[in-house]
Amino acid sequence: MKFLRNQLDKVKHNFEKGGKLEKYYYAYEAFETFLFAPNTTTHGKGVHVRDAIDLKRLMMTVILAMVPCLLFGTWNIGHQHFLALGQTGTFGEKILLGLGQVVPLIIVSYGVGLGIEFVFAIMRKHPVNEGYLVTGMLIPLVMPPDIPLWQVAVATAFAVVIGKEAFGGTGMNVVNIALTARAFLYFAYPSQISGEVWTLLGEGAKTVQGYSGATPLAVAAASTGNVMNDFAQFGSGWAEGIYSLNNLFLGIRPGSVGETSTLMCLVGAAILIITGVGSGRIIVSVFAGAYAMGLLLNVIGGNPFMEMPAHYHLVIGGLAFGAVFMATDPVTATHTGTGKWIYGFLIGVFTVLIRVFNPAYPEGIMLAILLMNVFAPLIDYFVLNANKNRRLKRATV
Amino acid sequence: MGKFVRLSKGFDIKLKGKPSAQVFDLEMPDTVSVKPTDFQGLYMPKVLVNQGDTVQAGTPLFHDKQFTDISFTSPVSGEVVEVVRGEKRKLLEIRILADRKTEHKAFRKVSVSDLSTLPVSELRSQMLESGVWTQLIQRPFGIIADPNVKPKAIHISAFDSSPCAPDYSILFKGQDHFFQAGVDVLKRFTEGTIHINTISTLEISTLFSQVKGAQVNKFHGKHPAGCVGVQIHHLDAINKGEIVWTINPAGVIQIGKLFLNGVYDATKIVALTGPEVKNPQYYRTVQGASVKKLLAGNLNSDHCRVISGNVLTGTQIGKEGHLGYFDHQVTVLTEGDYYEFLGWILPTVNKLSFSRAFGLLSFLNPSKEYKLDTNTHGEERSFVQSGVFEKVTPMDIYPVHLLKAIMANDVDEMEALGIYEVIEEDLALCEFVDVSKHNVQEILRDGLEMMRTS
Repeated sequence: MKFLRNQLDKVKHNFEKGGKLEKYYYAYEAFETFLFAPNTTTHGKGVHVRDAIDLKRLMMTVILAMVPCLLFGTWNIGHQHFLALGQTGTFGEKILLGLGQVVPLIIVSYGVGLGIEFVFAIMRKHPVNEGYLVTGMLIPLVMPPDIPLWQVAVATAFAVVIGKEAFGGTGMNVVNIALTARAFLYFAYPSQISGEVWTLLGEGAKTVQGYSGATPLAVAAASTGNVMNDFAQFGSGWAEGIYSLNNLFLGIRPGSVGETSTLMCLVGAAILIITGVGSGRIIVSVFAGAYAMGLLLNVIGGNPFMEMPAHYHLVIGGLAFGAVFMATDPVTATHTGTGKWIYGFLIGVFTVLIRVFNPAYPEGIMLAILLMNVFAPLIDYFVLNANKNRRLKRATV
Repeated sequence: MGKFVRLSKGFDIKLKGKPSAQVFDLEMPDTVSVKPTDFQGLYMPKVLVNQGDTVQAGTPLFHDKQFTDISFTSPVSGEVVEVVRGEKRKLLEIRILADRKTEHKAFRKVSVSDLSTLPVSELRSQMLESGVWTQLIQRPFGIIADPNVKPKAIHISAFDSSPCAPDYSILFKGQDHFFQAGVDVLKRFTEGTIHINTISTLEISTLFSQVKGAQVNKFHGKHPAGCVGVQIHHLDAINKGEIVWTINPAGVIQIGKLFLNGVYDATKIVALTGPEVKNPQYYRTVQGASVKKLLAGNLNSDHCRVISGNVLTGTQIGKEGHLGYFDHQVTVLTEGDYYEFLGWILPTVNKLSFSRAFGLLSFLNPSKEYKLDTNTHGEERSFVQSGVFEKVTPMDIYPVHLLKAIMANDVDEMEALGIYEVIEEDLALCEFVDVSKHNVQEILRDGLEMMRTS
């Protein structure tokens, strides 16, 4: 440690004011603070002690919460691959295959995103913010397993530059950055991110007889009779019971890398809530909103998807993942406590509405969160106004 | 009938070095200092004495050009040895070489029964002249009370909830008589209520429980429950255009002594606290005293920071500095100017955190006391709204939005969001818990000054 510190101190003067590499100071600072927590002390007036938490640790906690989803997703890629091909693979083979897809995704996402962050930090002379550590992990988790890497790179660049830096950088963005990347792909390269792209098959692979790569959402949307029956029959001959409620909850099904398992998302939610890093209010209210809307549609009836039992909405698609990791983004969510209930609930409601009534795109959570990101300031505005009015009322009584 | 207020939000910083109950009589310090910087909102202090002058306890040293009535007086008798000025000749300190035995300037002595019959104007002029007036703080803004205004109410916080805080039952032991007299005097200045706000978890000293002519309220909760701003918010919140006074019990007692004894008595008991102090305990000394004798032989290490006040709102004064006017506590911490390898991620049980984020395990052991230092534990970053400010602000106020309004210089928004109800100490915990390490109190003071002068 001493050696590292000495090496850092040796080169530090080059980056400080007047040094020959002065303009790269913030790049140096990012590395230095990664290795060593800084030696700065509090000011002479104000608080003299500070909480042990910093932004890096906060972000690391979120990443930690995503690890269960990541690990499960890695295995699931392999598992779905062998299922589709009608082969049996060992646990190791499945993991290996999954890693082969996931690791490049993560490298590209972090490489491109952090590269842009550093460039902007140097250009604008501000510190490299740690927010991207989370975004960089979220992006791979919401991608289909066999997405071309160049598309991930383009989407990441778009999201960071247009979604974040154009608005002024970390803390200023209006919409969630990882979802911006995902939405960009959806609108720019629809063929690679919709339809039956959710299982990694491999070049020229021959799928097992009766195979279909349709996701539960696609099955539900296409249903003409009873969604429950369609779910029960799906996979017969090659993957019995793949869309049973149990299996859907566990997440052993095709989908984006990290989104399939409701169970793993709930583990992540538990980590976020126990550590106090993520907002439990948002997570709970997204589920509540989706469930309530599902129930309402059950009552109205009209088509098979509307009649699908409401609790199925909670385990299909990316609702759980979106609720736990995307909706809770502190920058783009509402900032007031009351606002969080409203914000989350509406995300749930819109997710189900979009799923059921939008024929073009079966998954609703992405669009619902992006929509509510835009409305979050408005919700806060009303909550704050209520606070101001209470104060005014008190003054006039 | 007093109110009972339960506060669920807040955080107690468990700092090592709580004072033990002994009180030690310290001999008279060499120098005593009066610092205009201890007071908010002074326009331009004008020095009234010259170097070499001899003064008595109660002799005016300076006054503000805007309010020449309000005297800032010497706490001890002695010789003016130095007038310390800073940039642009800004007055920083007036230092007095203290006599062994204090000579008091004589003020009019009054019997208890006269306190309620003397004209208010006479009470006021004696308070202004003697220097006790500066104990009265006006909200909004936390400035010295305007003598020409009648406050809506007067609030006295009867406990201190900040880290390693002194116990008021020790500080003010045996002063019941003077406290009552002080309350009687204050009663004359307002038609509203005098609130005495106590804590439910401790036995209330008779000083507060037996007092007549005031409403005794009880608070239950963690810091900042002891901050008078938080208390006012829950008892009788400040609205636009209203003026409320606050005063520490020490000030009330000083007022009582001024009238009953006819002297400006600036002696006080301070608690010497913090992890770097060998024997944290109480000392009897005098307002503005040099801390040199207080600290002599009492520090664990040399590499430390001496703070007049508590670790949330205090001022760094150095090992030979002087006590702040309003402070009853000196805290000594280790300077935290060290690098820590991977300090941002390694799990630890030795660092205190309000958060339970990865590796911060202090929540597992809530009663442990920590040896905190002045390290910032991280670097300043963009503002990220983690929702944590709200969890340590037990008021119907949105601190993040208020701070943003201040940064945007939006005066109307600041007013609407309740800036009149807070001063620095009320939001000090926000600064402590801030993930992005911003100087919340400094921002708030900028906003308050902006409001006050606009």
